Amino acid sequence: MTTPQEENFMRKISAEEKIEPKDWMPDAYRKNLIRQISQHAHSEVIGMQPEGNWLTRAPSLRRKAILLSKIQDEAGHGLYLYSACETLGISRSEMIEQLQSGAAKYSSIFNYPTLTWADVGAIGWLVDGAAIVNQVSLQRTSYGPYSRGMIRICKEESFHQRQGYEAMLALAKGSEGQKAMAQDALNRFYWPALMMFGPHDSESAHSQKSMEWKIKRETNDDLRQKFVDQTVKQIEVLGLEHPDKNIKWNEERGHYDSSDLNWDEFWSVINGNGHCNRQRVEHHVAAHDEGEWVRDAITAYNEKKRAKNAQHAA
Amino acid sequence: MSDQIKQATQEYATRLGDDSVVLGHRISEWVSYGPFLEEDIAYGNVALDYIGRARMFYTYAAELADDGRDEDDFAYMRNDREYRNLLLMELPKGDFAYSQVRQLFADVYYTLMLPELLQSKDETLSAIAAKAIKETKYHLRRSRDWVLRLGDGTEESHQRAQKAVDQLWGYTHELFDMDETEQLLADAGIGVDVAGLRDRWLEMVSAILTEATLTVPEDSWAVRGGRIGYHTENLGHMLTEMQIVHRSHPGCKW
Repeated sequence: MTTPQEENFMRKISAEEKIEPKDWMPDAYRKNLIRQISQHAHSEVIGMQPEGNWLTRAPSLRRKAILLSKIQDEAGHGLYLYSACETLGISRSEMIEQLQSGAAKYSSIFNYPTLTWADVGAIGWLVDGAAIVNQVSLQRTSYGPYSRGMIRICKEESFHQRQGYEAMLALAKGSEGQKAMAQDALNRFYWPALMMFGPHDSESAHSQKSMEWKIKRETNDDLRQKFVDQTVKQIEVLGLEHPDKNIKWNEERGHYDSSDLNWDEFWSVINGNGHCNRQRVEHHVAAHDEGEWVRDAITAYNEKKRAKNAQHAA
Repeated sequence: MSDQIKQATQEYATRLGDDSVVLGHRISEWVSYGPFLEEDIAYGNVALDYIGRARMFYTYAAELADDGRDEDDFAYMRNDREYRNLLLMELPKGDFAYSQVRQLFADVYYTLMLPELLQSKDETLSAIAAKAIKETKYHLRRSRDWVLRLGDGTEESHQRAQKAVDQLWGYTHELFDMDETEQLLADAGIGVDVAGLRDRWLEMVSAILTEATLTVPEDSWAVRGGRIGYHTENLGHMLTEMQIVHRSHPGCKW
């Protein structure tokens, strides 16, 4: 039997009204959102590492500046998303604990290593590109703070994608060595980028309920298809070879047909066995632990200041 | 502009570009290693300001050199013996206290030096200073706050901050050295007479360190040589990393 609260909640969802932090919501809705938003926040934060790997080796000052500002944006996205998630009654430190213990996930794409400069371009173009397809759809998500965060984030992400594509274009139109680097990066990042949309709808644990609650607005497979379709032309413009030999326009469907993905690899990386899973989390833990004395210093300083002010007031 | 002045100005712009790129690079090494997310963002921001300055100084140096080189040739195609940055800028990032104390020393220096450069008869240098002054105002607010919090925080943070002050102090004297090139430009109203800034620098830094309950070191040692390319061992490693991709693909556009 549904309670009046539940009824009211579902009425808002059907009427496309946003759910706000103070509104009543089912526990499972809250939990589902915390899982999704914190995972998204952690992805932004962990995503700083594979790109940061090239900050000190960026091949021109202009590229170095662009990469710095992109990574900075990502850290900023992490902040908004942590804040959005905090409105659901979880603290940032709890979320960080969950990230570090492995209880919370982050996008599996960041467990792939960035081996050459071209990988920075490929990440901007393909990884941010795939993220945007997903995030554009999430601008209409039912939870107000998440939806508003997404609107803001989408604006910056489209700049990221453009800079990534432009960096790839410079390589693809450059020397033989640069072109080879671009092709190699495309070959390695294309498949994991497709996997960013998650498993097939039939295998996705959280999809059905998320769709019903309008947390998710489009299915994994539909979003993936959009990305496959938009990428074909982009690869052509670059003059690179498409990594999928089976890519073929299907007139009837109005979409490209493509190879099935290597889901064994997908699950293996999700389950912690990619090239960088351990390294990414350890990096985060190490930086966090090393920062402890700094955070302690702020607390101590603020306490001293408060005590001093109280003395003055007395 | 006489040839002599032009050449000196090119050298000067290169030096200031070197200071900026080297310090910017060191700061960028903090990204994803900060004590919390807000600091990752702040470090990225400050690094970006310095890389931006480097680009402006190098572009001007390239314009004066007029030999087909661009900003990247200055940054990526010179080796450590050709770099002319102050040694303070190239020291490894160390711990958080070390980086913040170095930043404080640099920020106070720029707080005094940039308004003088703003007065330069050279319009380009003056314009770069105008932009940099705004950035430095924010940088100093941040590094000053941090040094206060670390110095007057916990026993551990105090010790780390004091150690950083002591370890970095000997590299600050060089900031106020003048050589013939810089003297020529200072006399011509183009460059800054940094020798004249030392007393005010000492006064400002001492006030902040004292408020942070830290001890201002005695002037018992000084290391010099950045402006003649006599560096610490650190710069070579830094440039090796920074220049590897650029140099592996000669003549390429990025």
